[in-house]
Amino acid sequence: MEKKRKRSVTRGIILAILAIAIGYTVYGAVTKDKLEVVKAGAQAPDFEVVDLNGEKHRLKDYEGKGVVLNFWGTWCEPCEREFPAMTRQYSAFANKGVQIIAVNFAQSEFEVKKYVANMGMTFPVAIDKTKSVFTAYSIGPLPTSIFIKPDGTIDRIITGEMSEEKIAQYMESIKPE
Amino acid sequence: MNIILCECGHENPEGTNLCQKCGSPLTLEEKSKKIADMRYEGTAIRSKTYNKSIIDKIWNFFSSVKVGISLIIINLVAASIGTILPQEFYVSVATDAEKEKYYSDVYGWFGEIYYALGLSDLYSSLWFQILVLMLGVSIIIASIDRGIPLHKSLKNQRVKRHTSFMKRQRIYSEGKPSENTDQTLQLAEQTLKNLKYNVRREDDAILAERGRFSRYGAYINHVGLIIFIIAVMLHLVPGFYVDESIWLREGETRAIPGMDGYFLKNDQFILETYDNDPQGEQIKQGINVVAKNYQTDVTLYKQQENAVPGQAEDLEEVKQFNIRVNHPLKHEGYAVYQMDFRLNEIKTMVFDLTLKETEESLGQVSIDLTNPQDEYLLDNGAKVELMGFYPDFSGFKEGVPQTATQTPNNPAFIFKMSTPEKPEGETSFVAIQQTLEPEGNNMYKMKFANVETRHMSGLMVRYDRTIPLLIVGAIIFMVGVVIGSYWNHRRIWIEQLEDGTVRLAAHTNKNWFGMKKDLDVLKKHAHIPQYVDQLESENNEHVETEKDGKTL
Repeated sequence: MEKKRKRSVTRGIILAILAIAIGYTVYGAVTKDKLEVVKAGAQAPDFEVVDLNGEKHRLKDYEGKGVVLNFWGTWCEPCEREFPAMTRQYSAFANKGVQIIAVNFAQSEFEVKKYVANMGMTFPVAIDKTKSVFTAYSIGPLPTSIFIKPDGTIDRIITGEMSEEKIAQYMESIKPE
Repeated sequence: MNIILCECGHENPEGTNLCQKCGSPLTLEEKSKKIADMRYEGTAIRSKTYNKSIIDKIWNFFSSVKVGISLIIINLVAASIGTILPQEFYVSVATDAEKEKYYSDVYGWFGEIYYALGLSDLYSSLWFQILVLMLGVSIIIASIDRGIPLHKSLKNQRVKRHTSFMKRQRIYSEGKPSENTDQTLQLAEQTLKNLKYNVRREDDAILAERGRFSRYGAYINHVGLIIFIIAVMLHLVPGFYVDESIWLREGETRAIPGMDGYFLKNDQFILETYDNDPQGEQIKQGINVVAKNYQTDVTLYKQQENAVPGQAEDLEEVKQFNIRVNHPLKHEGYAVYQMDFRLNEIKTMVFDLTLKETEESLGQVSIDLTNPQDEYLLDNGAKVELMGFYPDFSGFKEGVPQTATQTPNNPAFIFKMSTPEKPEGETSFVAIQQTLEPEGNNMYKMKFANVETRHMSGLMVRYDRTIPLLIVGAIIFMVGVVIGSYWNHRRIWIEQLEDGTVRLAAHTNKNWFGMKKDLDVLKKHAHIPQYVDQLESENNEHVETEKDGKTL
């Protein structure tokens, strides 16, 4: 009996290991992406950008605050549509400890400055000239917004346009206590 | 669990064919055979031993050779179906709708079905992955199930075997030695040792063995395969495998995707062609120029220690390199390959500020599209202000010019020209082959003078830490094949009875010819009677009876 139990346990363990290996591989292959490092719940990669006014913004320095990281380009129409809402919500949350940083996809300063003036964006806008923040966050389609909690973990990643209601709701959820 | 009790008193597990102690046949089937079935040494295959719980049932399914072979065939068929049409991976369109259209346009109804069934992306489909992995599981379980009992029985071999075991070996001989009867075993032992056999002696019995390790060839081979599969699976684990592509314009510096902390600058892209007159195949295929070299001259930079993404100042130069096809830039296990290129993207546009009437130029304005300025001052006090820049002008929306992308495919500008005659400025919208003057008729215009272009390199970033593991897997696989193919496991059992009679039996898993040569040497030196190959004599009998039948 003892031997039989041992045998069942051994076989069970081997089969379980194989099943886990298969599950992991199949999941990885079918979702096609490498198992993402940047995902909801994970630590947001630290970065530093310089905004149009020459001020440095480093994610680490915003610990204790919620951060919305918005990746955009001047040619991107959904970006253009969500900026007015984002600007309004930025003022609404200004005293509640939620910061918005907009990161542009390596365009010229001329284009970005003209665009920002036109749109009346009040939050800091930086140009990622070497696309290194884009790369670190594996950004695909624009716009992509990353909501980072006060403890530095990612709350959610939104690809595509957001309504003002959603923006307010998501910003509320990363507001410090 | 049932137990089979052998006449020698040894308890054998259910499913055993030959007693694990003395070698007597245990099943009726085995007893009826003239020659013993030596596969897996007559041990009980594990999966045959128990078949009760669900775990045992799954285990038995994968350990079955029939299931294994079926899986191999199914895998082969499935993999070959994926080669009928090119996979989606090789079709350079982006969206699903475009892919569908591509397959139906290019391959007709067959392509439509092929796409609809998902065969166009077969290798990353769920079912194909599962099939391959099931084969892997089958290999692992079948190896454990057969390898372990085999190893145990090879390790615990008895020197002295039962008479019926000896008699039922393919090669057998019995009789009195022709001379030196009392020294037969010593002579045999010495001869076999000279033949490089491992000889064990117990009382009046000898077991001589050679090349036992060759029995493990198949299992070593399977270990190699399993390592290979593991290495392929590791591609999915972050940090083991990177396969990224990057477009880099001349003069541009970018973070390298997948290679954290490194930046690459494209100094120059070079396309060289042969300057020969078309000849031979070239004419047949209508090709005028043949490419000689695709090259990107790059500089690799590294960020400072502890720097985070976005901190691109103070980059430290690592090295300069000329990347050519098959000559990648290599650094710390990463390789950057030349993959693609695009020629002549607009970089700088030059305009003449021209008086319309006389075509007289007040001077030139050169606009770097990667870094346009707010205003351009000319020597004679004239000034051109840039009010707007649209790299890929796509039309007006509510009177505002729009850009479709960030790439300068169709650059458009809004200029404000301040000249001595018109110090307050004249506004003009200038696109390629299109000029709009919102304030009516201007005195001056921005006349397109020339353009500077630059090239763009498509590079591929590769990093594969699984290659050593793949190589190890492949080597182990080949070692297994070689061991199993070029060596064989030969065994000779000798026993001398009280009256001097010698019994000899021999077995090998392959190459009976070589075995017999050894036995001939043994016979000569130890004076053992001539052996009989029972399989051959059996066949001969068959042949003879058939002949008899015919003649009768």
